[in-house]
Amino acid sequence: MDFLVSIWEWLHEYVQYTIYSGVKALAILLPLFIVVAYYTLAERKVIGYMQIRKGPNRVGPKGLFQPFADMFKLMFKEIIIPTNSNRYLFIIAPVITFAPAMAAWAVIPFNDTLVFSNINAGLLYILAMTSVGVYGVIIAGWASNSKYALLGAMRSAAQIVAYEIAMGFALVGVLMVGGSLNLGDIVNKQAGGIEHWFFIPLLPLFFVYLISGVAETNRAPFDVAEGESEIVAGFHVEYSGMTFAVFFLAEYANMILIAMLCALLFFGGWLSPVPGLIGDGTGWLFGKTAVFMLLFLWFRATFPRYRYDQIMRLGWKVLLPVTIFWLVVEGVAVYFKIGPWFD
Amino acid sequence: MISTRRSSPRIGRPTLLTVKPIEMIETIIFYVFAVATVVSACAVVTVKNPVHATLSLVLTFFTSAVIWMTLEAEFLAISLVLVYVGAVMVLFIFVVMMLDINVARLREGFVRYLPLGLAVAAIMLLLMLSVVTSDIFVLEAGSEPVPKPADYSNTKALGGVLYTEYVFAFEIAAVILLVAIIAAIALTMRKRTQTKYQVPSDQIKVRKADRLRIVDMPSSEEQ
Repeated sequence: MDFLVSIWEWLHEYVQYTIYSGVKALAILLPLFIVVAYYTLAERKVIGYMQIRKGPNRVGPKGLFQPFADMFKLMFKEIIIPTNSNRYLFIIAPVITFAPAMAAWAVIPFNDTLVFSNINAGLLYILAMTSVGVYGVIIAGWASNSKYALLGAMRSAAQIVAYEIAMGFALVGVLMVGGSLNLGDIVNKQAGGIEHWFFIPLLPLFFVYLISGVAETNRAPFDVAEGESEIVAGFHVEYSGMTFAVFFLAEYANMILIAMLCALLFFGGWLSPVPGLIGDGTGWLFGKTAVFMLLFLWFRATFPRYRYDQIMRLGWKVLLPVTIFWLVVEGVAVYFKIGPWFD
Repeated sequence: MISTRRSSPRIGRPTLLTVKPIEMIETIIFYVFAVATVVSACAVVTVKNPVHATLSLVLTFFTSAVIWMTLEAEFLAISLVLVYVGAVMVLFIFVVMMLDINVARLREGFVRYLPLGLAVAAIMLLLMLSVVTSDIFVLEAGSEPVPKPADYSNTKALGGVLYTEYVFAFEIAAVILLVAIIAAIALTMRKRTQTKYQVPSDQIKVRKADRLRIVDMPSSEEQ
C-alpha cells in the first residue's frame, strides 16, 4: 500500500489530475452501462408481462443473463459496410450519437456533493449535448447510401428540431422557478417536502418535457425515425454488429438521462417527499428515475406509433403554445410571488 | 516587438513543469481546438461534397465554442452549440441532403469567377489587417483578464446587461426576427382549394356513433 502511495505521489500533478478525472468518469459510466444492459432486459420483460407472456427466460436464472448473451452476439457479428456508402461517416456516426449521450452525464448531480462537474450552466449544457446527438442519426442516414436510412434521417431531423424548441421552453420554465442553471441549485430550491417540488407549479411544462423527452430519444410512440412498419429500421437499417449496438447504447443512455432529469427538475431529485419522516438521499433519486424509466416502457407497450404529420402537429401546434402560455402564467406568478415556489 | 502575455512575478517563461496542471490543460485545449477550427473552416470552402462542407461547418462551430469556453464565456459557448449546432445546422444539413447538387456544374465557373473572388478576398484581407494591426488589438492596450471566481455566473451577468443596458437593441432584434418569421410564413402560405387536407380536430371529435352503425340481423329463419 505504501508502495502505491509513493508511486502516486511521484506522478506529476497533471497526470494525477487526469487519472483522478478518469476514475470519476468511469465511476459514472460503468454503472450506467450495466443499467443500460439491464434496462433492455427490463423492457422485454415488462412489455412481455403487459402482453401476458413471459419475455426472455432462457439464458441464466429467469433470463437474467440475457443482456450478456445479446452483447456477445453483437460483438462477434460482422460489421457490414454497404457499397457506395461513405466509409468514414458511416463508422463515425454511431460514435457521434454515443459521445454526447455520455458527455451529458458529466453535470448530473447524484446528491448535494456527488457530481462530476458542478458547472453554473449545467442545464444549458445538457440541452446542448442532447441536441448534438441528432447528428449521429442524420449522418448515419446519409452515409448509408440507402433510401430507407435517408428517410429515417430526414424524419429524425425534422422531429428533433420541432421537439427541441418545446423542450427548451419547458426548461425555461424550470429556470424561472429555480433561478439558476445549476442542477444542484435547482434541486435544493425544491427542499421542504413534496409541496415544494416544481411539478406542482409547472405541471403542464412537466408533461411537455416528458413528451418531448420521449420524442427526442426516438422512442415509441414517436419512433418514426426507425418506423419498422414503414421504413424497415430507418436510419440504422444498414448497421450491424457493434455499430448497431452503439446506437442502441446511446438511445438507452439518453432515456435514462431524460428520466433522471425529470426526477431532478420536477420531482425534487434526491430530496425526500416528507423530510421529517425519511431522510434525503441518492436512493430517492434512483427510485424516482426508475419510475420514469418504467414510463418509457409502458408507453411503448400501450400506444401505437404516431402518424408522421401528427407528430409535427403535436410538436408545433400543441406543445409549443402550451409552454409559451405557461411561461406567461409563470411570469405573473413570479411577479405576485405566489408561494411556496415563487417567493 | 514581442510582449509576454502574463506579467506574473514568475521568473522567465513558464516551462512545462512550472505551470499549474489546469493552466497547462487550458493551453493544450486552446491549441488543439484552434488548429481544428482553422482546418475545419478551410474544409468548409474546399471540400467537394456539400454535405461534407456542412459537417465541417458544424465542427467549426463546435471547436469555436470550446475556445469561447476557455475564455470563460460559457453561456455564449453553450448557446452556440445549442442554437447553431443543434438547430440551425440540422436544418442546413436537412436541405443539403435533400438537394441533389451537381458538383461538376458547381466547379465549372471557377476560372470565370476567379478575378471577382480574388478581389473580394483581397478587400477582406485588407480590412482584417487594418483592424488587427490597429492600436485596439495590440497586447499592451488591454489589461490582463483576471480569472473570475468559481461562483461567478456568466449567464446572470449577460442577462443583467442584456435586459437593462441593451434592452432596446435586444427588443428591436427580436421584433426584426418576428417580422422575418411572419414574412416567411406569408410567402409560403397560399390557400389551395384543390388539395384535400385533414382537419385533426374533426378527426379527434369523431365518436363511435358517427362512423359505426350496428344492425340487428336475424339469423336465417328456421325451416
